Amino acid sequence: MKFKRFTIPYILWLSLFIVIPLLLIVFYALSSGDSQNFSTFEFSFASLERFFSSPVYIKVLIRSVRLAVVSTVICLILGYPIAYIISKENPKKRNVLILMFVIPMWMNFLLRTYAWLTLLGKSGIINSIIMKLGFQPLELLYNDTAILLGMVYNFLPFMVLPIFSVLTKIDFKLIEAAEDLGANKITTFRRVVFPLSLPGVMTGISMVFIPAVSTFVISDLLGGSKASLIGNLIEQQFRYTGDWHFGSAMSIILMVFILITMALTSKFDKEKEGEGGGLW
Amino acid sequence: MKKVKSIALLLVILLISISLAACGEDKPKLNVYNWGDYIDMDVLDQFEDEFGIEVVYDTFATNEDLYVKLKQGGSSYDVIFPSEYMIERMVREDLLEKIDKANIPNFDKIGEQFLGLEYDPNNEYSVPYMWGTVGIIYNKTMVNEPLDSWADLWNEQYAGQIVMLKSQRDTLAVALKKLGYSLNSRNEKELEEAKAELIKQKPLVLAYMGDEIKDALISGEAAIGVVWSGDAVAMIRENPDLAYVIPKEGTNLWFDAMVIPKNAQNKEAAEKFINFMTRPDIAAKNADYIGYSSPVPEAVKLLPEEVQNDPVSYPTAEEIENTEVFKDPADIIQVYDRIWTEITSEE
Amino acid sequence: MVNKILKRFYTFLIFLFLYAPIIVLIVFSFNNSKSRGVWNGFTLKWYIELFKDSQVLKALYNTILIAISSSLISTILGTIAAIGIFYMNGFSKKVILNLNYMPVLNPDIVTAVSLMTLYRFLKIDFGLLTMLLSHITFCIPYVVLSVLPKLKQMNKHLPEAAMDLGATPMYALRKVIIPEIMPGIITGGLMAFTLSIDDFVISFFNTGHGVSNLSITIYSMARRGINPVINALSTLMFIGMLILLLIINKRADINNEERG
Repeated sequence: MKFKRFTIPYILWLSLFIVIPLLLIVFYALSSGDSQNFSTFEFSFASLERFFSSPVYIKVLIRSVRLAVVSTVICLILGYPIAYIISKENPKKRNVLILMFVIPMWMNFLLRTYAWLTLLGKSGIINSIIMKLGFQPLELLYNDTAILLGMVYNFLPFMVLPIFSVLTKIDFKLIEAAEDLGANKITTFRRVVFPLSLPGVMTGISMVFIPAVSTFVISDLLGGSKASLIGNLIEQQFRYTGDWHFGSAMSIILMVFILITMALTSKFDKEKEGEGGGLW
Repeated sequence: MKKVKSIALLLVILLISISLAACGEDKPKLNVYNWGDYIDMDVLDQFEDEFGIEVVYDTFATNEDLYVKLKQGGSSYDVIFPSEYMIERMVREDLLEKIDKANIPNFDKIGEQFLGLEYDPNNEYSVPYMWGTVGIIYNKTMVNEPLDSWADLWNEQYAGQIVMLKSQRDTLAVALKKLGYSLNSRNEKELEEAKAELIKQKPLVLAYMGDEIKDALISGEAAIGVVWSGDAVAMIRENPDLAYVIPKEGTNLWFDAMVIPKNAQNKEAAEKFINFMTRPDIAAKNADYIGYSSPVPEAVKLLPEEVQNDPVSYPTAEEIENTEVFKDPADIIQVYDRIWTEITSEE
Repeated sequence: MVNKILKRFYTFLIFLFLYAPIIVLIVFSFNNSKSRGVWNGFTLKWYIELFKDSQVLKALYNTILIAISSSLISTILGTIAAIGIFYMNGFSKKVILNLNYMPVLNPDIVTAVSLMTLYRFLKIDFGLLTMLLSHITFCIPYVVLSVLPKLKQMNKHLPEAAMDLGATPMYALRKVIIPEIMPGIITGGLMAFTLSIDDFVISFFNTGHGVSNLSITIYSMARRGINPVINALSTLMFIGMLILLLIINKRADINNEERG
């Protein structure tokens, strides 16, 4: 087929904008010297060593993973039921409801996150209500809870949409068959619906986990920059301290970590190529 | 199908026409890179009107931010506003262009005490823009005693009400001064001690902030903060319950100046701009708007009486006796970077 | 019955969570005070100021310019690439598919810094161009991923039949393949547009010379207290998007009825 040649422009694009940049990052991670002057570069494991030899950085990585896992689990717990409820509605209502999940994403995510400052602040709306009810105001901002809230808020649609799209595609006859064979609602869900929706769940998990583990904006705005996440450290190296070697080393570590996690989860997810289509 | 095609075609035409329109402007351009919130924007319009030069204005948050941006290249700026220690470093690394004083007639208007300072002894590279101190600002309704020491920032009584600056040099300086060391310490042991102090302080800190610190204190979100004097003026203007104090251990006296980087593309316009910014009426306009202290005495005279006599903006000689100016850490900059990274990484 | 009420209530809570900040933003765009959190009476002044604020308008212009051009270019490139990939086989297909996954699986901060080092390496000045190239790069994979499933659903023999009947490959492409996969192309294009308009991290690292989009403007504003002008702008954008969606929905309904 002649159409094969259609890939040529994209192959060129991929090589220039994906492959070479990644190789450059690897190159930076494995060298040392003045970040802006290639002639001073020397092959060195110093940056990788710096990361793994100091408990401080490992702790940051663990903290980022911990927050990302917790927020992914919360998204799943909150998101699955709502995706299930919506998928059971009639098609017209269903479309409207799912659209309502997409609409907030069309509003700038920084603004949406920023709006939480107004809600959570010491003199913010939630605390004003609490104080009107006669209670002490709560510390809602600048802590891990606020960061988690920001993550769940921003990434919940990424969990709901793929699960929803898998649920609507489930052949209704299978459920009927299960019921005919005497399964009750819970058994049907546990043995038929849930296993069939797993690909969507897996997509959802990775769609939430990846941005959550690497964010630097949410911890910045809602966490008050108090405890860095790995994303903050990378940002800091590239923008403030200018140590691109160390920044690249951490990027590579983060990337490898995510790829390994994804490889592990994709074992559950055989229908990999359909994944992107399942997103919406 | 046809519809889709015609829509696509329309979009392409639209796109080309806007991009052409964007290229069409042929005014000379001046790229200015300044601190966030550090100018009266009307002044830029006035400059554009008077000189027919278009100002492309961009902002940064810390000196380090500015340095990395300049060093990494890929963006050329004509006028930038670093602080003294960063100017020292930039001169040392040959990143700055000498300024031709003949093109800056208003240079004579700069007060004597701002000339010939250590960071630029012959005034070859820089023209001072603003100056000030670093101190503690606190809300008198939320803090019962008058504060006067950096150690107050470690007082457990104020846990969760303290805001620190998200700036490497300034925050390290607070800890160094608290310990009684020089804020230009080159002693790794002292720096490690300062690091330990800041880590110890972390549980008490509400947040580390940049310019948003102003909002946090004005709205009462936080009770105590470390701020630059000019911001303090602006904050007290908005919320009279706030008070600014220079801690007794001494503090940092700083100068921000206008310089021209080596790769500047429009040096002539840059000098015009620097001269313009030093003109007393313009300097006064900026000082009045942002609250910082101008090094142009004639400009200060144009300010309202109460501003001229405000000890926050224009402290007396005794009050700034116990201050230090930042110096370029030069070869130990990596130690500073590492220590700062470690402080921000600690939970 | 209880079950139903419970479901309703749960749906309501989730949507409350999703929309609370947006409602706050919209309400405060009419607030007669700069400070957030305190209601000081109704005003429209932020809307008036919005149209005078050249910095915000310029950022809006950049955002839309980049979103339209990057989604158009990535839709075209991505569709062509998807058709090519569909007809490929074996190892090379696997390699390309996996490379295509890189920007999807990679955290955006890694994509951002890797592109930044590329531009430095090639000595390209940061600005609108670098931002556009970066946006196209992270948008294409999503287009490819939404077009590919549609190609799989298509009857593989259809284009072959057309060519057997004398159609040139290009004609078969235009008259047979593209119409079949149109829904996928549109989804991909919309996704690219959404991603581009909402992106912050990649733009943040790959811009310069005072070129900023809305995200970058908002981020730098967040540091010194957001100007309610931005609230006004987002309210307008939100309403605009809503109207657009309603129109699309309405038209889809009409189309369905015509077909049905």
